[in-house]
Amino acid sequence: MIDRDSPVTEEELHAFVDGELPADRQEAVAAWLSAHPEQAALVAAWRAQAESIRARYGAVAQEPVPDRFTLDRLMRQGRASGGRSWAALAAAAAVVAFLVGGGTGWVARGATAAAPNGFDAFTADALDAYKLYVVEVRHPVEVPGSERPHMTQWLSKRLGAELRIPDLQSIGLKLVGGRLLPGPTGAAAFYMYEGPSGERFTIYCAKAVSPETALRFKEGQRVAAFYWVDDKVAYAVSGPADRDQLEKVAKTVYEQVDRSGAKRS
Amino acid sequence: MATFGKQVETTIPALRRYARALTRDSDIADDLVQDTLVRALRSEHLFHGGEIRSWLYTILTNLNRNRLRSLSRRALHSPLEDNDAPDLAGPEAGSRDIERALATLVEDQRNALLLVVLEGLSYREVAEVQGVPIGTVMSRLARARVQIKSFLDGERPALRRVK
Repeated sequence: MIDRDSPVTEEELHAFVDGELPADRQEAVAAWLSAHPEQAALVAAWRAQAESIRARYGAVAQEPVPDRFTLDRLMRQGRASGGRSWAALAAAAAVVAFLVGGGTGWVARGATAAAPNGFDAFTADALDAYKLYVVEVRHPVEVPGSERPHMTQWLSKRLGAELRIPDLQSIGLKLVGGRLLPGPTGAAAFYMYEGPSGERFTIYCAKAVSPETALRFKEGQRVAAFYWVDDKVAYAVSGPADRDQLEKVAKTVYEQVDRSGAKRS
Repeated sequence: MATFGKQVETTIPALRRYARALTRDSDIADDLVQDTLVRALRSEHLFHGGEIRSWLYTILTNLNRNRLRSLSRRALHSPLEDNDAPDLAGPEAGSRDIERALATLVEDQRNALLLVVLEGLSYREVAEVQGVPIGTVMSRLARARVQIKSFLDGERPALRRVK
């Protein structure tokens, strides 16, 4: 291990092996290693590991590509299986990792923070609403879940889009109710669901500009959200930061709000 | 479409290499590559710019994670990985050892290590593929290297740490 006072950190040694250091630092580390045989041996061991891995698997990329991978065949297969299934969407999900800054808000990485796009503004609003109302005991919603037909009509009218309020009983979540909220570009509908042990999930949706987008996932220390746009409505499904559980909820929501009725998983 | 398709096509050899090392089984690996390609071609309109290569690695990594998850659901008590001491001799010993050493890694660490040393992705690209900050990639890489070293040194594999 590296001394505390050492001018070269262990992280730098990894970056050195992987060619991630700037050229001048690369040289400095190389010089430092020539005087530190113990660390030099470690670096040599890591390099040997990488060599063995490349020796073992590198040749696979030189093998002729089997016929099953010709573009024609792959495209035909893609058409045959059709649809925009949750599985395809989820696998291609652009996972957006966020660092939580100072224990308060959401701090996006570099460029994303400088130029907020629809996704950032929307999920930020959705997560704010989640954090605000999920702790509310007496008045979490404006309209109780028992008035589903009324709520559907009311919120659809206010949003200017035909909404469907998903039924999540099949995964053990009961509709607590909903409310109308301001969204980044107009009215937003907000539904809250509750599980048997009191865990809460919310759906935040509003009219979107783009007709559809890829699925995205945003995660903090305690909360996370899946976001997508389908048929001109944007959805953010928020809940505790357990990706597997949240994905199950989001998948169920996705399949229910789908209008084409052709989704498969 | 032509250029998108062509770009996808040129990454196939690298995807096969990555999948083979990830799964250590050529049939499973090629099925994974095929799923990845079909999904990518079908979702062209969902491709939000950036590097196609990183996007394809992301899809493949996610699909493999799903595959492992459904496997573990089916067999809760999967057999323990082969933790025997490495073979000491033989012409194939070296490559078998590294294969077995890779098998002892937790999935996220294996992904990170292979993307860096085999596929030549930068730390930043791996962070995108895995959807985590760069610091997390670096700590996965460091743990992977410690684990492989201790396996190859013939020590008892370090306890798997849950990240």
